[in-house]
Amino acid sequence: MTDSYSPHPAYRLMVNGEPHDVSDAWIGESLLHVLRERLELPGAKSACEQGECGSCSVLVDGVLVCACLVAAVTVADADIRTVESCGSSQSLSVVQQAFVDAGAVQCGFCTPGLIMAVQDLIDRGIQLPHASPFDELATREALSGNLCRCTGYGRVLDAVARAVEASR
Amino acid sequence: MIAAAPLSLADALRAIADDPFATVIAGGTDLMVQINAGRRPVTSLVSLRNVAELKGWSTESGNLRIGAGCSYSELERPDFAAIMPALAQAARTVGSPQIRNAGTIGGNLATASPAGDTLPVLVALDAQLEIASSSATRSIAISDFLVGPKQTDLRQGELIVAISVPVLRGAQEFLKVGTRNAMVISVASVAVLADLDAQGVRIGLGTVGPTVLRGARAEAWTRSNIDWDSNRVVGNLDEFVALVRSDSHPIDDHRSTKRYRSHAIGICARRALQRVFP
Repeated sequence: MTDSYSPHPAYRLMVNGEPHDVSDAWIGESLLHVLRERLELPGAKSACEQGECGSCSVLVDGVLVCACLVAAVTVADADIRTVESCGSSQSLSVVQQAFVDAGAVQCGFCTPGLIMAVQDLIDRGIQLPHASPFDELATREALSGNLCRCTGYGRVLDAVARAVEASR
Repeated sequence: MIAAAPLSLADALRAIADDPFATVIAGGTDLMVQINAGRRPVTSLVSLRNVAELKGWSTESGNLRIGAGCSYSELERPDFAAIMPALAQAARTVGSPQIRNAGTIGGNLATASPAGDTLPVLVALDAQLEIASSSATRSIAISDFLVGPKQTDLRQGELIVAISVPVLRGAQEFLKVGTRNAMVISVASVAVLADLDAQGVRIGLGTVGPTVLRGARAEAWTRSNIDWDSNRVVGNLDEFVALVRSDSHPIDDHRSTKRYRSHAIGICARRALQRVFP
């Protein structure tokens, strides 16, 4: 292969239903890096860059993942949803409103990732045949990949309960 | 070619044959950590994300065949857990939901960490790996595949396609010790699987050796110290624990100590055996 190296791959990402062309990107760039630094979508937060903290959680083809652990070029055909797709500047999503009502936000850095994880939990929970209204253990497990260093999670769990209730 | 996202196994194998310097990426949960930290130079990527032949699992005549691209989340699900509970338990202990949604069993094998969570179960089951290159396919036992810490028998141009394990009759347990429940790399782990038809127990020991180990001495003990008519342990469990420890070869490292690992593996193995034969 003579053309095996190029610093300028061009590919298209579908983010929140909109096509975005990515050019002049390095081959190993994470989806998180491309979202924040190239597509001006800074909702997913960059913290650990090793999948530990969950602050960059996004949905790729409906599956909750850490954007920092996805090579952007490998999801060129996928449906990518970020926290920017939740609610609007006029009206918050049910999950966002629940976080506000419960006071589940302190510094706010982990909040976008938590919003995505809670939305995913609710979307999947409704599909479960035996889902209990609010199962704290299941909720804690579902949010175990999202670190918050301010709240102690109590109000986050309260927000989940409110969001579940409001989603019924 | 700078990034390939082949849809078929043949195309994936051709891509890595054509570009020997390509970095193969599956779930990316280990690889991207290295790339993000600048520890891994990458000039081209071959993504296994869309390769159809690596997806899904199936059972046929007493065997379970797991596509290398199955995520840990898929292995956690009730339909899979009903067939291979220990592997479902092990999958559930990996990282976080986000990590389990991305990481694959094939990646766990290719990474070959002594702390790989699914590996004690696969070693206990004498898993056979299906490996392909653009010119050949071969089958290899997991014990021959895992040759050292993060070292495998996977050769240039090869991919892990699937993992085959026997479906056993009997209870199973997987236990893992770490500093907390989520997002933790194993300090010690054990898989204990009853094989009622063979009147035996299969034991895999994780993070207590350069590779995942088989608890051969402890397994031998179970043959004569379990009453296979009533499925009860009749021997002295302290003997069993001592044999598990003698089957282990832990070391001191940044995550734990040899002494603690030896302690933990014995306790976990005892607890697992008691749960399998209550």
